[in-house]
Amino acid sequence: MALSQDSNIIVVSNLTKKFHDFAAVDGISFTVKRGEIFAFLGPNGAGKSTTIKMLVTLLSPTGGHVTVNGHDPVKDKNAVRKSFGIVFQDPSLDDDLTALENMQYHAIMYKIPKDIRDKRAEELLKFVELWDRRGDMVKTFSGGMKRRLEVARGLLHHPRVLFLDEPTLGLDPQTRNHIWSYIRDINQKEEMTVFFTTHYMDEAERIAQRIAIIDYGKIIAIGTPEELKAQTKSASLEDAFLSLTGHKIREEEAGPLDQMRSRGRMWRRRS
Amino acid sequence: MSTIYILWLRQIKKYFRARSRIIGALGQPLLFLLVFGFGFKPVFQQAGAGNYIQFLVPGIIMMSVLFTAIFSGIDLIWDRQFGFLKETMVAPVPRLQIMLGKTLGGATVASLQGVIVFVLSLIIGFKVQNPMLLPVAALMVFLVALLFTSLGIAIASRIEDMQGFNLIMNFLVMPIFFLSGALFPLQGLPAVLDAVAKIDPLTYGVDGIRHTLISAGTFSLGTDLLIVAVIAAVLLGVGSYLFEKIQA
Repeated sequence: MALSQDSNIIVVSNLTKKFHDFAAVDGISFTVKRGEIFAFLGPNGAGKSTTIKMLVTLLSPTGGHVTVNGHDPVKDKNAVRKSFGIVFQDPSLDDDLTALENMQYHAIMYKIPKDIRDKRAEELLKFVELWDRRGDMVKTFSGGMKRRLEVARGLLHHPRVLFLDEPTLGLDPQTRNHIWSYIRDINQKEEMTVFFTTHYMDEAERIAQRIAIIDYGKIIAIGTPEELKAQTKSASLEDAFLSLTGHKIREEEAGPLDQMRSRGRMWRRRS
Repeated sequence: MSTIYILWLRQIKKYFRARSRIIGALGQPLLFLLVFGFGFKPVFQQAGAGNYIQFLVPGIIMMSVLFTAIFSGIDLIWDRQFGFLKETMVAPVPRLQIMLGKTLGGATVASLQGVIVFVLSLIIGFKVQNPMLLPVAALMVFLVALLFTSLGIAIASRIEDMQGFNLIMNFLVMPIFFLSGALFPLQGLPAVLDAVAKIDPLTYGVDGIRHTLISAGTFSLGTDLLIVAVIAAVLLGVGSYLFEKIQA
């Protein structure tokens, strides 16, 4: 257990992921401290999601080395999986189950004993203010409610690190503030590390203790918001971000995933 | 075990909650039963081949099992990109258990769909020859359901998006259905079609269920059960292997 007591909960060294000849992630190295709130920023297609997928055991790296909570996501998948919770960019709740059923499902997958399971689920649903709606089908929930439920679910098994991939995308400021206040609260109370990506620079500036900026698969800057602003002589993080990554719009072609996103909606409605 | 159970339970719950989907999925078999059944009945009778409804019902039961099973397998494509399955893929449980739970759930749902078609066919006048064989019929239905759910999952593990979906429907699922002998007897087919029919696993499923429901068939019931069980086991293995390899 000595390893997992390291002061760094995530250690990434020289991590690379190639798709055919294209390096989506190109030899990046960084560390995240235990209990830290860490933001991972970058323009579209910069390599954020690919990096997260490698950290959470969904994708094998082409090269380099990673540890999460002292474990290797390639060799020791289950130890890593027990260590983190995640809120994905796309909703990953089951719409045809109730809020409570979604929580129970997660608890069973993570082998949480029944007595603890019910107590913790109640606690967390109350925490995100969804306890009164626990018996309702998730499909009747608004986008913000679904996100809150996903956060609650991600916390159910007491993860040591919570990954959030654009958790507040498309939500109104009220909901965004709520979600961040829950997450900060848990970060304080349970000393849980938070690793998130976002396109809202004000959010990153306000919430994150340290920030890494990735572009074209490489980390181009890392530090506290103040350090990044000082480095680029900018007044805000948004200006710092733009001065580091340029003003050019990244014309990402609609990949198969985007096409599926729209078609998936049709399919789900049909069935 | 609890993982397999919860995945299975989830699909059963979803099935019973989506009543409109159950009814929707019954439209096609009912249409086939009524239109083909009553449409071809006189021709079939004149050809001296007996009562067409009796002949057709086992085929239509297998048809609804085939479609429901393949779809619940292929649904994995969305589930793993956007749905709850993504959540499941990062849970600390072996992939094999996820695959088994999903397959057993899909197969159970497909079997239930077959049972509903069977009950409906009783209403329009279908007669079971030997009720003692009904449990064997149920086994046959479940094996076929398992076989095609595994096939659907194997396919879904290999393709990333739905571009190939029409290809699969038109060049795999429809031929499997049409050449299984579900709609017409497989006698006197051209050699090529006959060969295809013989490698079509559904052929043995349809033949087997005819044995159990109307005491008629081309191969022996034992052969049918054995072939379907072996192919189901192989595809379950292939599906598990490919599912294990999925990278998000």
